[in-house]
Amino acid sequence: MKYKPLFIYLFISSVFLTLVSSIWKIMATLQGLKLTEINLNINFLLALFLSLAFILIGKKFNHLIKIVILSLIFTFFYILINEGAPIWYNIGILLICLFFTNRLKNYDLNFLREDFISEKIIFDFLSLFAIVFFAFVILFPFYLMFVTSFKTQAALLFNPLDLSISLTNNLTETFKSYFVIFNTYDFGRYIYTSSIVSIGTVIITLIFAIPAAYAVARLNFFGKTFLSTSILIIYMFPAIVLVIPLYTVFSQLGLRNSIEGLLIVYTATTLPVAIYMLQGYFKSIPKEIEDAGLMDGQNWFGIIVKIIIPLSLPAIASVALYVFMIAWNEFLFSLMFLDNPKTFTLSRAINHLTGDAETPRQYLMAGSVVVTLPILLIFVYFEKYLVSGLTAGSVKG
Amino acid sequence: MTDTLSKIEKRTAYTLLLPAVFLVFAIVLFPIFANIWISFKEVQLKDIRIPEPRAKKIVKIIPEDKSKLRIVYRLRNSSLIQDINNIKFSDRLPINIEPVDLDSRCEFKSKKIICNFGNWEAGYKENFEILIQNTNNKEIDNKVIRDQKPKLSGDADNILLTTKFTLKNFKNVFNENEFLDLLLTTFYFTFFGTIGAIIFGMFAAQLVNQKFYGRTFMRSILLFPYVGPVVALAYTWTLMLDPNSGTLNALLVNFGIIDKPINLLGQKYLILSLFGFEIKLRLALTTVIMFEIWRYFPLAFLFILARLQAVPKDLYEAAEVDGAGPFRKFINITLPQITAILSILFMIRFIWNFNKFEDIFLLTGGASGTRTLPINVYQQGFAVSNIGMGSAVSIVIVMLLIIFMIIYFKLIGKRANEV
Repeated sequence: MKYKPLFIYLFISSVFLTLVSSIWKIMATLQGLKLTEINLNINFLLALFLSLAFILIGKKFNHLIKIVILSLIFTFFYILINEGAPIWYNIGILLICLFFTNRLKNYDLNFLREDFISEKIIFDFLSLFAIVFFAFVILFPFYLMFVTSFKTQAALLFNPLDLSISLTNNLTETFKSYFVIFNTYDFGRYIYTSSIVSIGTVIITLIFAIPAAYAVARLNFFGKTFLSTSILIIYMFPAIVLVIPLYTVFSQLGLRNSIEGLLIVYTATTLPVAIYMLQGYFKSIPKEIEDAGLMDGQNWFGIIVKIIIPLSLPAIASVALYVFMIAWNEFLFSLMFLDNPKTFTLSRAINHLTGDAETPRQYLMAGSVVVTLPILLIFVYFEKYLVSGLTAGSVKG
Repeated sequence: MTDTLSKIEKRTAYTLLLPAVFLVFAIVLFPIFANIWISFKEVQLKDIRIPEPRAKKIVKIIPEDKSKLRIVYRLRNSSLIQDINNIKFSDRLPINIEPVDLDSRCEFKSKKIICNFGNWEAGYKENFEILIQNTNNKEIDNKVIRDQKPKLSGDADNILLTTKFTLKNFKNVFNENEFLDLLLTTFYFTFFGTIGAIIFGMFAAQLVNQKFYGRTFMRSILLFPYVGPVVALAYTWTLMLDPNSGTLNALLVNFGIIDKPINLLGQKYLILSLFGFEIKLRLALTTVIMFEIWRYFPLAFLFILARLQAVPKDLYEAAEVDGAGPFRKFINITLPQITAILSILFMIRFIWNFNKFEDIFLLTGGASGTRTLPINVYQQGFAVSNIGMGSAVSIVIVMLLIIFMIIYFKLIGKRANEV
């Protein structure tokens, strides 16, 4: 019997259980529980005993009975050692423990004799921990944004740790921030402007990009290679170096504070990537289909409208969603070009809210939810298309 | 025959390309060159407006004689810096109304008062008065007079179009004591932001490449930080890290990890003592880099995952037969398979992080040691209002970018097609 795998198993599994129960404790604290001790050392010892007991018992009992009994014992000692906490918190501990021991199903002393078992154990627990870690780190800010928008200023200042949403309040009280931003700060108008700008950008970009991409993909002309390499290079130039000349020219032409100005700039900055993505797809369409179209006496317009567009709808959807996302989230140009509240986009409006230090943060977060929610819903719903758009266009960001 | 066909093809291609190419030229390429022009000029934000002659019309009633009205035009040059030449003025009067004792610069022709004011120097002001009377000796309806707006025109040099150049902006950019610091901050931010995002992306990709319950859900939420609008996310982070009532500080204080809240976004240095050495950590910069990693690791994740899924499964099976453990498999199979994509990612993300503006601007505004080159463009151009300086900094960025791109295409350009 080698002892190295045993020690590694004990150490890693105990660390894992301790960390997961600590994360649970942090989350519980954020629901307003008054817990002030993490007790890492004692919990680690407790987890160590559980892991040891588990591996020693081995497969002598039915798995289900074993994990239930061990989890109950662990939870009992956990409650004894840690501060008093409500029932739901302890049930959470029990569930974590059940999940953990169920995960250990294969583990007994024989299993530890397998080849490379230490590495396998490390990889096993590391990936399990990574799932918890990534989910927590990514979702927490979104959760914070969402919850804060339902809070009142007083509650936020009184206990910043209490992130629970109270369901006892009436609806008007809970959604007060949303009523305020729509009534007082005119967010309805900003949603309208943002939608017009984003959808407009998508439409104009596609109208410009589809013919150009077709030409790059299919036709022979002087300067073709030069053009297709310069598309990517142009795309690499950032908005920040365009801002000053565009600002001066737009001021002199009176295009600042206008939706048209924004549309022109957004279209021009997304065109290179749209052309780049579309021409790649157009090249994959068999040329024979087009030749058939030519035989039927179609000109290039007919070929694009009747053959290319219907065949490349998925690619067009990807480009459209990607361009929509860029235009909806865009901030720099809207900051530079818009200073009249009547022409604000959502992003610019939220930035404008912070200009006044008195603006309560729950309004700010309600605004943030309003701008974030549509794009996340679109993303979740059209994930397939948007992911392929992101992969193709994600040299930029 | 073939010749004409290829000619037609060429013409079609140019027709199809023209609109897109024109737009990109006007909005993307033109500004890059315009930057060069502006950067050699001394231009302030307020100079951008083309100076124009203005007149405010005030109608004064003369109580003794209702058939007469006094009109005062408050004339001025809108610019305090530039002259306007060859100013023409015209205002229309209703039927039967005529001016009395018109100024010598003006004449009354076909119901219009037309004046030739000549030149106005910068900041010029004048109260120009006209007396008008009704030829029928009836009362004049002063509302009609008031509603008629005068027209003015004049020629002014556009300061942007003059040929006065100076090297002052570039001297200022490079002589600034902080230029080296600015460059270093930019490189720290860019380098660590890129490396961090790639490392986290690699872990996440490795994770999602395994089978586990809720894998598709995991893949979706891993992309949330990148898909969400930067404004909302940056303000959420600001709120979370706030020293007075932010959740993170409250948590750390609650569990006794720190004694008093730390201003993670507003404190330039954090002094750590490790093994007797004092380390000065750029705190605000580190926090901003963390945000950057959090927001952009999904991109690295997406790329690496796509590559991982293309790695042939039999490679792993063969390695298993040869007796390789998970660690050896990762080092000897996975890593060599993804080095190409990692290097491409590094270069591309490096260039993009180098240009990052919004994230830092929204989190710190460039304060507490987080001023990078793009932030400096904004600060020079719009906070200090020196457009010329801002353009000069833009030129520095463009120069560095061109260097990066040359390196990129030399090192990876050929390899990119293989992946």
